[in-house]
Amino acid sequence: MRLVKQSLFYFLVGIIVVVSIFPFYYAVVTSFKTGTSIFQVDYWPTTFAWDNYLAVLQQGSFPRNIFNSIFVAILTVVLSLLFAVTASYALARVSFRGRGLLLLTILSVSMFPQIAVLAGLFELVRFLGLHNTPWSLIFSYTVFTLPFTVWVLTTFMRDLPMELEEAAIVDGASPVVIIAQVFLPLMWPALVTTGLLAFIGAWNEFLFALTFTSSNSTRTVPVAIALLSGASQHEIPWGSIMAASVIVTVPLVILVLIFQRKIVAGLTAGGVKG
Amino acid sequence: MLPSSSQPLTLQAQRIRAAMWFLVPMIAALAITAAWPLARTIYFGFTDTSLTDLYGGQWVGFDNYLNWRTLSSGRVIFRGTLVDPGWWNAVWNTVRFAVISVSFEAVLGMIVALVLNAEFKGRGLVRAAILIPWAIPTIVSARMWGWMLNDQFGMINDLGLKLGLLSEKIAWTASPDTAMLAILVVDIWKTTPFMALLCLAGLQMIPREIYESCKVDGIHPVRVFFSVTLPLVRPALMVAIIFRTLDALRIFDLVYVLTPNSSATKTMSVIARENLIEFDKFAYGSAQSTLLFLLIALFVIFYIWLGRVNLSGEGR
Repeated sequence: MRLVKQSLFYFLVGIIVVVSIFPFYYAVVTSFKTGTSIFQVDYWPTTFAWDNYLAVLQQGSFPRNIFNSIFVAILTVVLSLLFAVTASYALARVSFRGRGLLLLTILSVSMFPQIAVLAGLFELVRFLGLHNTPWSLIFSYTVFTLPFTVWVLTTFMRDLPMELEEAAIVDGASPVVIIAQVFLPLMWPALVTTGLLAFIGAWNEFLFALTFTSSNSTRTVPVAIALLSGASQHEIPWGSIMAASVIVTVPLVILVLIFQRKIVAGLTAGGVKG
Repeated sequence: MLPSSSQPLTLQAQRIRAAMWFLVPMIAALAITAAWPLARTIYFGFTDTSLTDLYGGQWVGFDNYLNWRTLSSGRVIFRGTLVDPGWWNAVWNTVRFAVISVSFEAVLGMIVALVLNAEFKGRGLVRAAILIPWAIPTIVSARMWGWMLNDQFGMINDLGLKLGLLSEKIAWTASPDTAMLAILVVDIWKTTPFMALLCLAGLQMIPREIYESCKVDGIHPVRVFFSVTLPLVRPALMVAIIFRTLDALRIFDLVYVLTPNSSATKTMSVIARENLIEFDKFAYGSAQSTLLFLLIALFVIFYIWLGRVNLSGEGR
């Protein structure tokens, strides 16, 4: 009976693992195929050719798209962390009237649908002359990265002991000094987590990127992959699409696996506690 | 009010003043990127603005939502989003998608969380594995699944035929009967990990002693789950469900890439963007965006009003 139970349990574990990994595995297998062998269903790697990768990286603007994505994601993260650290200090460590309401407003901004700001942002981006530049994306991504980073950093800071700050206050340190010298050294784990989550959010974003950029050289990776197509509808270049998909996913998967614990902690701070 | 600078500020007042300065950049950033665009979207919904002439719109009141004309024959013709079958189809698709996907994700996420909460060899590896679907960009997962679900060369059809589950190849993403199913499968695959991690965090807060005493008392594990575990993780589960529902209600990218132009899956976000950018019905699309915003706002207010969840995290 115990053996049956245990094998059933491991069977369930096996299913969970296979279902989670298989689609990505299958994309990798496909990306290494060439010519007509792509149209043959194989569950194991049969060929190992880099043709698709070379095609994606040498033709067209894909390398440029990767650069755009990195540029946009990094700047988005830096800016939102910059704004969020000071704001979350105020929200977590100083009690003032309306704090609860402000927190609730920030949370609701992170929840509202991006389509609701699309028309207004479109006008604003045009007005500021940012249309079809990476800056339009850095600008608009603030809508979802900032509330989230503020929220998670606030939860984190609230849990730090009061004594930390008191000693610095007694010494006459100003709030800026307190943030820079007392909190920042302690906040590295939280900054890494939120930074990483914001990076992933910006890296994956599609709706704004699709709407605010219009030429091959300014697009980010998700839009480039979504629009990758052949001469006709029936000639979808699956090999190149899979290769491009693997290229943009591998760094992300590696990052996520390295920072596994931190990411889980960040997600639960943003979700359960928040 | 802050005291004038001639008087020495109390420490608390000083801190509050500093806090205000710290909050200004964040509030300004959110006002420019969120509040103002939202207000403009709502405003556009009441005008006849077009994409090519953003500043030439005239105020038309509720015409984009509903307007009617009486013909000389006495017949009344209604127009506007609220009588647009395409819009209601999108509403129905969105709500159906949100309810089904979130229910499945909650149940499956709970099962995965229970598995991960047990102690077994290789638990770390399994947790790493379930993070992979979450880490993959939505567009990439839409493309990957689009390939697996391909009607002629897809591996799902191949596997189904080999196992005898299918009698013929199915055009999963193109056929109106299965397009929604395809969207649901991919979304559930991608977001169950998120649900599982939140549930797991809730499960891990339950002290182990409770389980041990249940074991000593010889209570059946299924009963333990429903009368002990579930009530204790309910707050965490509820928050996870709310977050996921809000996310599901605004779904755009998966539908746009996996089943383009399929009226069986078009959601509110998809149809609103289509009108905004592609069909040059900017004002009409703005009105639809506003409606989606209202729906989500109502949902949030409803939950806060229910008071079951304390979203601000204070006083807990």
